[in-house]
Amino acid sequence: MEQGVRAEHKYFRVTKKFPVVWCPGCGIGIVMGALIRAINRMELDKDKVVLVSGIGCSGRIPVYLDFNTLHTTHGRALSFATGIKFANPALTVIVIMGDGDATAIGGNHFIHTCRRNIDINAIVINNCTYGMTGGQYSPTTPFSALSTTSRYGNIEQPFDICELAIGSGATFVARSTTYQALLLDRLIEKAIRKKGFSVVEAIANCNTAYGRINRLGSAVDMMKWEKECGVMVDAWGKMTAEERKGKFAIGLLKDIERPEYTEEFDKITRESQNITA
Amino acid sequence: MANQKGNVYFLQGNEAIVKGAIAVGMRFYAGYPITPSTEIAEILSEELPKLGGKYIQMEDEIGSIACVVGASIAGLKAMTATSGPGFSLMQENIGFACMAEVPCVIVNVQRVGPSTGIPTHPAQGDMMQARWGTHGDHPIVALAPSSVKECFDLTIKAFNLSEKYRVPVIILSDEIIGHMREKVELPAPDSVEIINRIKPSVPPEWYKPYDETSNGVPPMANFGEGYRYNITGLTHDKMGFPTLRADETRELMGRLMKKTTYFKSDIIMMEEFMLRDAEIMVFAYGSVARVAMAAIRMARERGIKVGLLKPLTVWPFPKIQVERLSKKINTVIVAELNAGQMVYEVERVVKKDARVERLNKYDGELFTPGEILDKIMEVV
Repeated sequence: MEQGVRAEHKYFRVTKKFPVVWCPGCGIGIVMGALIRAINRMELDKDKVVLVSGIGCSGRIPVYLDFNTLHTTHGRALSFATGIKFANPALTVIVIMGDGDATAIGGNHFIHTCRRNIDINAIVINNCTYGMTGGQYSPTTPFSALSTTSRYGNIEQPFDICELAIGSGATFVARSTTYQALLLDRLIEKAIRKKGFSVVEAIANCNTAYGRINRLGSAVDMMKWEKECGVMVDAWGKMTAEERKGKFAIGLLKDIERPEYTEEFDKITRESQNITA
Repeated sequence: MANQKGNVYFLQGNEAIVKGAIAVGMRFYAGYPITPSTEIAEILSEELPKLGGKYIQMEDEIGSIACVVGASIAGLKAMTATSGPGFSLMQENIGFACMAEVPCVIVNVQRVGPSTGIPTHPAQGDMMQARWGTHGDHPIVALAPSSVKECFDLTIKAFNLSEKYRVPVIILSDEIIGHMREKVELPAPDSVEIINRIKPSVPPEWYKPYDETSNGVPPMANFGEGYRYNITGLTHDKMGFPTLRADETRELMGRLMKKTTYFKSDIIMMEEFMLRDAEIMVFAYGSVARVAMAAIRMARERGIKVGLLKPLTVWPFPKIQVERLSKKINTVIVAELNAGQMVYEVERVVKKDARVERLNKYDGELFTPGEILDKIMEVV
């Protein structure tokens, strides 16, 4: 099995004209790399992998990759993906969304897909801003942070995407960052293998919009911040509330078993056919 | 099912839509409950599992139509059913289906609007929304049944047109048609015409998912069949990749529009009733067309030369047919359960060939034959 960059090249679309749309230093490419490494290790059949995305910088990942790729409308990626997976459960369906995509305009679809527990893997790239439109505040922008629509500081409280997923009933929830990229690809692999709805949050740096307006420095500076603030879940469990301030847990946050939607539907299919027969 | 004797049934319009959809091979339904369309969801939730089909209740209508489009991309014939408020929410992804050329059928059992309106009373207020509800120029097909049998027939037709031209097809029913019961004789399942989407005949490396073809409709590969390609709501090139180029945008848009304009003769269906010698023509569709027929019979008894033009296809508008007929008559009465919607199309087409009179009602009640007769007497 090829590793690293050579492996990644095997999954790029040669017919698609590069370069990518992302800014220099953007964290989204790192998430794309992690996704490819996970798929490569699993040796999935390209023909049976479907990548679905919504709108925004994160939504542009699938077009570069050589799978069945669907770039949908803003916030609706999970609903399109639900249709695909339910219609053909043999496909591996992976959804890539941004923080605004998944938890603002797509918030309703997000919580209900968690609740329904259909076997889809969602990767939410959280860079705390609407990057493609130039850096407005999103549902994950921290309190008091600046953005092009919160010039006096953000007065809203942010979502914790993983808490939201856990509260909504997702069976597998994990978080990593673009700094902890190897942890990220291991978590994505586990999430894809999980039978049920899984969420992996990838904290990513938007150095162009969010970083610049909040004076957080270069892409490297922002990744250093990720390194300092991302605490492995075991250590996180031993920290006091005071020590946790400004930091977040990374790693596998939840992994439980619940009946999976397509399997449950198969059961009622058989049941209904027995009644008819 | 009860109410059945051989292949003769006593059915509601909504039930006939279910029967038509199943007969033509629909095997995926996603929806959200809304009056007066809910029977469609209720029956399908029971019937589809028996057939190996899929039923899912989504969190809203936005998710419902998105789910339908996803299922169609994965290869199943898919539909949803709703009414005005839900139809408004679906517009975004109906536009996606137009742009990405994904076959799907949307049933709108119309009720009084705007907003929540009167959920249990009929209207025809979504005619223009069906045409222009989603943003941007786009092709669309909409069919309007006026009987239970037509609910069955037009649902079959809707899927066939959708698969053939890769466009979303809207069925514009209304509360009267949806809930009315009639005796209908349904055809044997094997005598139903079924048209399926054309699959690519070339190997994957040669496949151009949005290529120009002789009829403007490129073959469609379903996800998972070995043709790995990109589908996007962005303006795209022949490979399905996003483009900003004017020439490629023009080419795509031209081809999209061509699908419903070039093949109008295949898409447009209409019925004429007592029009041969008519001087007055009533233009009516859906539940109103039924009332108009009764009114026309009453007027004929009084020696008035009046007939009915009932379009079954409302979009694309039957321009040539209305134009031809308008030269033979002197007055058109456009009767609608709205403040005047399709009448704009009739006026645009008829021009000065005939006088166009409006008859409108938007209080949640259906016309009585007497009301249409009065209008006929008034214009004589």
